[in-house]
Amino acid sequence: MKFTLSWLKEHLDTDATLDQICERLTAIGLEVEDVDDKAAFKPFVIAKIVAAEKHPEADRLKVLSVDAGDGKLLQIVCGAPNARAGLIGALARPGTYVPGIDVTLSVGKIRGVESHGMMCSEKELDISDDHNGIIDLPDDAPVGTSFAAYAGIDDPVIEINLTPNRPDCTSIYGIARDLAAAGLGTLKKPGANAFKVEGELTTAVKIDLDDERLCPGFALRLVRGVKNGPSPAWMQKRLRAIGLRPISALVDITNYMTFDQGRPMHVFDANKVKGDLVVRRAVDGETILALDQREYKLGPSNVVIADDNGIESIGGIMGGEHSGCDENTTDVLIESALWDPINIARSGRSLGIITDARYRFERGVDPEYMMPGLERTTQLVIDLCGGTASKATLVGYKGFDAKVIDFPVSEVKRLTGMNVTGAESADILKGLGFAVEGEGDRLTVSVPSWRPDVEGKADLVEEVMRVHGVDHIKPEPLEALGTVHPRILTTLQVRTRTARRALASRGMLEAVTWSFISEEQAKLFGGGSPALKLANPIAADMSDMRPSLLPGLLSAAARNADKGFGDVAIFEVSGTYETDKPEGQRRVAGGIRRGTASLAGAGRMWSNTAKGGGKPVDVYDAKADALAVIEACGLPMSNVQIEAGAPDWYHPGRSGTIKMGPKVVLGYFGEFHPKTLATLDVSGAFAGFEIYLDAMPEPKKKATRTKPPLELSPFQAVKRDFAFVVDKTVEAGAVLRAAQGADRKLVTSVNVFDVFEGASLGEGKKSIAIEVTIQPSDRTLTDEDFEALTQKVVASVAKATGGTLRA
Amino acid sequence: MTELIDLQNRLLADIAEASDEAAIEAVRVAALGKKGSVSELLKTLGSMTPEERQTRGAAINALKTVVTDAITARKSELKDAAITARLKAETLDVTLPVRSSPAERGRIHPISQIVDEITAIFADLGFSIAEGPDIETDYYNFTALNFPEGHPAREMHDTFFFNPDEKGERKVLRTHTSPVQVRTMEAQEPPIRIVIPGKTYRQDSDATHSPMFHQVEGLVIDKKAHVGNLRWVLEEFCKAFFEVPSVTMRFRPSFFPFTEPSFEVDIQCDRSGGQVKFGEGNDWMEILGCGMVHPNVLRSGGLDPDEYQGFAWGMGLDRIAMLKYGMPDLRDFFNADVRWMNHYGFRPLDMPTLFGGLSA
Repeated sequence: MKFTLSWLKEHLDTDATLDQICERLTAIGLEVEDVDDKAAFKPFVIAKIVAAEKHPEADRLKVLSVDAGDGKLLQIVCGAPNARAGLIGALARPGTYVPGIDVTLSVGKIRGVESHGMMCSEKELDISDDHNGIIDLPDDAPVGTSFAAYAGIDDPVIEINLTPNRPDCTSIYGIARDLAAAGLGTLKKPGANAFKVEGELTTAVKIDLDDERLCPGFALRLVRGVKNGPSPAWMQKRLRAIGLRPISALVDITNYMTFDQGRPMHVFDANKVKGDLVVRRAVDGETILALDQREYKLGPSNVVIADDNGIESIGGIMGGEHSGCDENTTDVLIESALWDPINIARSGRSLGIITDARYRFERGVDPEYMMPGLERTTQLVIDLCGGTASKATLVGYKGFDAKVIDFPVSEVKRLTGMNVTGAESADILKGLGFAVEGEGDRLTVSVPSWRPDVEGKADLVEEVMRVHGVDHIKPEPLEALGTVHPRILTTLQVRTRTARRALASRGMLEAVTWSFISEEQAKLFGGGSPALKLANPIAADMSDMRPSLLPGLLSAAARNADKGFGDVAIFEVSGTYETDKPEGQRRVAGGIRRGTASLAGAGRMWSNTAKGGGKPVDVYDAKADALAVIEACGLPMSNVQIEAGAPDWYHPGRSGTIKMGPKVVLGYFGEFHPKTLATLDVSGAFAGFEIYLDAMPEPKKKATRTKPPLELSPFQAVKRDFAFVVDKTVEAGAVLRAAQGADRKLVTSVNVFDVFEGASLGEGKKSIAIEVTIQPSDRTLTDEDFEALTQKVVASVAKATGGTLRA
Repeated sequence: MTELIDLQNRLLADIAEASDEAAIEAVRVAALGKKGSVSELLKTLGSMTPEERQTRGAAINALKTVVTDAITARKSELKDAAITARLKAETLDVTLPVRSSPAERGRIHPISQIVDEITAIFADLGFSIAEGPDIETDYYNFTALNFPEGHPAREMHDTFFFNPDEKGERKVLRTHTSPVQVRTMEAQEPPIRIVIPGKTYRQDSDATHSPMFHQVEGLVIDKKAHVGNLRWVLEEFCKAFFEVPSVTMRFRPSFFPFTEPSFEVDIQCDRSGGQVKFGEGNDWMEILGCGMVHPNVLRSGGLDPDEYQGFAWGMGLDRIAMLKYGMPDLRDFFNADVRWMNHYGFRPLDMPTLFGGLSA
């Protein structure tokens, strides 16, 4: 919402400075977004051309002697066709910034003649597009004074960022009312109307709507015998200052009313209207050529004003070109109507029309000003265009019932902590136009028709508070809870943090990637269901809620590789989406490594066993990351099982599923299926994992924090190696479990230290070498004991896997 | 006796010539072994007369001592030389580079770090962390928060919608973290003190807007929390978060559907020199929105607005991260460019705490 200082002062009698006004506007919630104090125009002065000689070197240029009122004549070279001795215009001296040509002047030489400034055109001053010649002022223009002051373009322009709850301040009058209530002056009473009403309105109005809320009132008047020329200079200046283009008196009056009173008006050329006016829903397929010269297709959700010709206007949004007023208009129909804010918002949005009328109607136009607005507009028409006003008609209006709020003034203290007396609260509300009854703490407050936003006590508290001054509210400590706070994070929140730190500690970089991915990628990773598809995605490839963190991470790695960073290890701990329900949102820790970015580090290193390119990442890198997350989250690793295989997007022979018990899937890891990588259009060595943090069970509640006693055996632990020849398909995990199970007391750990395949072992065979740690607890073991245990281990492995001790 | 002197000279020469431990051992065996030259002489002692023993015997014993000592000394010398040689052979180039520690290479995203910073601050004030789903119902995202159907404020949100389900209801991607306010009120009795960090979405993309971004929101509900407390909480937070001794904040009346009264809050700052500094300067920067929880929102949460009251505030997490740590462009947050993550990310062991400081 834009306005000028002088326009504001038309309604507000105040001595306040521009700065004071702006400060107060912001303080009462009308945030000043921009102020143009027009300082840029200050250097331009009115000057007179004393003499104009032909330039000695150029036919089209003149050499002027210019008097800027200080008696010193300036020599200026000028090419304007109208430059002549005696002309009074606007002078810019060297050093002045000229906005229309974006140049700061300096003393120049034009074809050998020095020029000390410039006589400006309106275009050069950026006040119009007129560039036919330099500004030519009347003979009585005061030489030596400010041109901007003379031309009335020094009026500061203020722009406020209006919040959507304040329709009353879509008018300059409303802003003045707020400032007056805030003690910054007195609100001026609007002048009385004084026009004669003669004759009937010949056009009848009918509201033909199934829902009367769509048009709760429609007023119309005819003014005959008008002359629609340009509007007067004062009105044009104000409209131009706030960015509106003057068109004709009748159109400018409606725009003026829109900003001055927040009352959008419409004018029809009465002679172009055929038959009666009907307010109705548009019929599917009806069209209108609107005043913006564009054709709109309308439907039943659009409320229109139609006559026998068809649709003449989109109610409350934009008029039609057909019945618009022009210089030939002699009889004008003035409309002042009310429209349903919600329908206006919806219609405007669906049609893509943004107008000053829509802006006001969708926020709520003062219903009680519908008739006064018509009267005021009639007065302006008669003042500026002449003519005779007919009787007015008003249909559909049921009157206004003021909301009445029971307001204990103590609410102000309760909600804001601020002390304001009942009397002061009442005064503030009265200043804003509220009717206040009662005394002391209990007030009964009626809400004025221009404040649809005020609904209850809290709204009145805000009114009192913003006018009294928010600065009066002092910070007051929030009461301390008086204890050392217990843990505030949930287990899932703790695990989320821990997973992040654990993965970052493994040399991985945390990324945050989009929650939405392309449908193709979503489907590739098990998603893409219709319920998780956005109706209005920001881009075609950001259409589906991600079922997995992996596609985003894989694509990110590929982007980095394209920039020359091929060895990357990145992770994300965030949400994935299985359904559109809250419980369908998973909490996942996922990561990928590309190229040679292993835990030890990426790239070629002199100490690498595999020199040259470095060792590419594989399934075991991903497995280590996955298990690190689970371990960091505090799950008992003895309960965690690994099974071969993972969902389709993984490499079927190089991937695994991590489970806890038979049902709980903690996650997956592995290398990726070549088709997955091809579909994502990524290449290189990749390994990745996803761990479902939300699938991890809550830790068991412990009665005590005390750890179980540490039992240390006094007897030496012994390590024994075994190598088993097994079928190639036998999993090492099975051998480990069998060895471990041979004697759960004595065998404390088993580890694989070598896996070997070779012709010497036979077709389809491999050797798995394990190291078994044996920890006696009650006595030193004898050779016989060891022999017996060895037999048990061999037998157990043979039974479980068919493996034999390697010869 | 000259033969003894000759023998001693010969043996000492042999000892001196022995160049390794094997050679010196050979000399020792030749002299002092069972059949060694000196041993053979010692065997003659038994058959000597007492006089002979006194002269020649003593000389033989002296010879033995001299030779033994010389061998021991030479052996020790040779051992040292061998160690020196081994050490020399074992020398490595210690200027060769080693692998960096993974914990030094890894990075935490600024968003995660900031959430931890905020958690540390508000934990101290007795707040917990609440979370909610990204995919929300229209009810929690709008209606329960006092956004009337068709209200222009809904339009300001540029909402992402899902397709309507069979009942005609369409879910949304939450446009703010505020739905968690009502979800929390429904689930928990006052007093409530929560902070809600999380992802939010709006259908908007340009230099300063990203279709996905992060907000952090706070909510206090009890029977007496008022705007003065709100001011205090926000000032304390800003001081602690930006790690400055004082801040000046300006509360401007404003409008949000879910608070009444509502405020926008500016923080005084100095923007000279291309950096934003808080706690000094003459500029104002809008940093957050807040207000007293709207009675209708309390009602949505099942609370009586005449009994309970409270305040809420919200701000852009990415934005305050940018203000504190100087990232120039929001869009980079979601690009996963390793150079950006390395530069703006945080080391995994730099954990924000109040006792150790929020940032290094």
